[in-house]
Parts: sequence; structure tokens; C-alpha cells
Amino acid sequence: MRYAMAIDTKLCVGCSDCVVACQVENNVPVGYARDWVVEVVEGTYPNLAIELRSERCNHCDNSPCVRACPTGASHYAEGGIVLVTPEECIGCAACIESCPYDARFTHPDGYADKCTFCIHRVQNGQDPACVAVCPTTCMTFGDMDDPNSDVSKLVSSRRSKVLAPEAGTGPNIYYLT
Amino acid sequence: MKEELIISGRMNPHIDPVLNAWGWEIAFYLFIGGLSAGILFFSALYVIRKKENIYPTAVKYAPMLVPFLLVLGLAALFIDLHHKLYFWRLYTTVRLESPMSWGAWTLMAITPLSVAWAASFVKEVWPKFNWWNIKILNTIEKLIIDNRRAIAWPLIMLSVILGIYTGVLLSAFNARPLWNTSILGPLFLTSGLSTAAALIVWMSKSKIERNIFTKIDLLLIGIELFLITHLIMGFLAGGQVQVESAEIFLGGAFTTYFWVFIVMLGLVLPAILEIMELNGLHIPAFAPAILILAGGIIFRFLMVEAGQITRYLY
Repeated sequence: MRYAMAIDTKLCVGCSDCVVACQVENNVPVGYARDWVVEVVEGTYPNLAIELRSERCNHCDNSPCVRACPTGASHYAEGGIVLVTPEECIGCAACIESCPYDARFTHPDGYADKCTFCIHRVQNGQDPACVAVCPTTCMTFGDMDDPNSDVSKLVSSRRSKVLAPEAGTGPNIYYLT
Repeated sequence: MKEELIISGRMNPHIDPVLNAWGWEIAFYLFIGGLSAGILFFSALYVIRKKENIYPTAVKYAPMLVPFLLVLGLAALFIDLHHKLYFWRLYTTVRLESPMSWGAWTLMAITPLSVAWAASFVKEVWPKFNWWNIKILNTIEKLIIDNRRAIAWPLIMLSVILGIYTGVLLSAFNARPLWNTSILGPLFLTSGLSTAAALIVWMSKSKIERNIFTKIDLLLIGIELFLITHLIMGFLAGGQVQVESAEIFLGGAFTTYFWVFIVMLGLVLPAILEIMELNGLHIPAFAPAILILAGGIIFRFLMVEAGQITRYLY
């Protein structure tokens, strides 16, 4: 089992619905966000190329945050989902410094917080909130180890990229381009 | 032209617009940790080499400061924690992959050892002090004094780990290209030893001791300049993110701080003053010492700040 997400940059319109869905579903404190939308514009007017990406924790195979954690609060849960146990976290921010994607932040209560791939929904057979709510259905969630899953088929049949592969983290969010 | 913007309004505190999760607490600790490591290193070294009476400041007087310095450093680290009541979780697990776990356990070992080490010299520094006539304290003191040379060995090893750790704490983060260089461990160790040597010169009243520690400090400053050159050359020979890291000091945001306050005022000028002193010109002992200590603390602040603005691009 290897949970992953494929996000189609050709379908995303940058509406930020995924951001709001996450904040509501996970009771994210006001002023914080576990996911965000990036707009990349390349070129000179009128010859411009645009890419929209919904970004979040990449639940990396080789997570620098899990390695940096001095207490073991950051850990791998089922399907490779990277989670933080608040009761073990000392709030030292080593994981925040170690993440090349700046996907983590310190929760106002003191512990490190981040995207959980909505594990509470996934365990019930549902998609993460951001995926479920996307009006253009640009996001697909599933098991990369299963060659028949939608996410596997998309990643193997479309051109895709991951973010900062040179950081060696083995990210599990694929951007279809 | 390429422009990358977060358009969903993310403004996570201390992450956006520029990462700033670590502030003065970490920089202050890195300086204090390096200085303490340096003082303990010289003290243990000259106990092992049986030169207690030639270098009394290094062996007996300077270590008196270390327990207080380490407590200040630990207090800074504690202030930095955001989930303070769970700090004890550091000591319910050993995580070999995590540099911070190494550091926490090293501090756990070296802090009490530095207290015992300093306590064993108290009667030599203040001959009238007798531990309030409490028998057990006098017994412990005698035990430490009798085994001083045996204690010096683990102490010198722990002091080197402590000194290197101040650099490794930063260099272990692949995500921050400016920190992610293995030169940083030796560089911070050398800088810590240099600040300690400068402090010993400042405190010492013995001419022989001042002379030898001035020479030691000069050597360390030379090594530091060499390592800094290596640091920048290594970055310039790297990939784009590494080159951009070096450019922070070569025309970028921190150029003036780096070259004026750290290299010129913190290393080159005190080295010139020390050379003048060795050649018979009388230079007040506090002058090079203050410059080196100030340069050391500015260096830690600068590296912590500048490292957090370097990142991978995608």
C-alpha cells in the first residue's frame, strides 16, 4: 500500500476550493493552511505559459521531517502517510526546517501540524477532503502499489513530474502536465 | 521570466513570506554551545597533558563559567520549544537519524559533567570555600579530584561532539542549501575553540598563558578563514541553489554583515592585533577578545537567518 495523489495541472483552475475544504474538514486554525495553490507564470507578454498547482505535504518515501524529528513524533502511518503525534511533539521546528516544500507549520497549540491526507476519511474508504470537493476533479487519490488504481493508471499513462526531485525525498504527489 | 506565487492566500506564521521558524534562541545557543565546548576542550586537554599549573586560567578559572553558560544556552533552547511541557519526550527515545536527538543526549551528559568538573576546581579558585561543611559534597569532590584525568577523556570527547554538533544541527538540513554543507561542523567547532581561546587570553593574568593562547587563537583564525574560503568555493562549484547560497555573501542581502562584521572585524582585525601583541606591542587583552566573541555570535545569527532564505526551486 502506497498512498499517492495525481493532480492534473491542465484541469486545475486555481479556485482554492481544496484549501477551504481542508480548513473546514480538519478544523485548521484561522490564518493557517495545510494546502495551498501556486501559480507559475513563465515567459514575456503576450507569450506566456501558466501552470496552476494545488500543493500540500508530499508524504515522501524518504521524509526528511521524519529523520529530523528528535522524539519520533513525526512518523509513517499506514500507506506511507506522514503524521505527527501531538503528544510526542516538543515543538522544536526541526521538521519545519527540514521540509523543502515548507509544508509544515507550528500549530497555535505548540506542536507541528501538516496535511494528513485526511487519514480519518481514507480509513473509511473516502477520498481526502480536497480531492472530494474539487469542482474540476483535477485530483485523484489512491494506492500507487495497485497497478489498477486510478492514480497508478494516470501516472503511468500521462506525463507527470514531482516537486524538487533533486532533494531526494521521493514525493508522492504527482503533477500531470 | 518566471514568477511563482501562492494565490490561495497562504500566510502561515513563521513560514510565509519567508521561512523564519528559528530565531535568536537557536543562534544564541549555537554560540554559547561552541564557547562552552571550547573552554571544556582546553581545560580537559591541559589536564590530560598535566599542565594545570602553567595554564591555570584555561584549566581552572574559565571552566567556572561553563555551567552558567550551558544553563543559559539550555534556557534559550527551552524558550525556542513551542510545545514546552512535552520537552521530556527528548529523553524517552534515542533517534540516531536525528541530529537534534544526538545534541539533546550530549547536553544531558556534558551539562552535569561540566558542573562536576567546575566544582572540582572551586577550592583552588576560592580556597576558603568548603561546601558548607557538608560531608557528602566533600567526598564527591575528592572522588572527582582523584579521578580528574580519567574524567578528562570523556569530557574532551563530549566537548568536541558538542562543538561539532552546533554546526551539524544546521548542516543536516538538505532543504536549506546554505546550511547543507559538511564544512559547517568543523567551521563552527573551530569558531567555538577560537572564541574560547580569546576568552582565556582576556581572563588570564599569566604572560606565558596569554602568549600560548594568543598563538593558538591565531592558528584557529587561520583555519577558520581557510574553511570559510572552502565553504564559498564549495557552493560556487555546486548546483544552482548552492551557487545562490554563496551569492547571499557575494553581493546579496548579507554581504556587508558577512565581510565587514565577521571576516574583517571578527577575524582579520583581531588576528592583526594578536600578531602585534606577539611582536611586543602592547594591545589591551580585551580588544581582540571582544572582537572575536562578537564576530562569533554575529556569525551564528547570520548563518541561522541567511540559511532560512535559501531553498529549493521548483
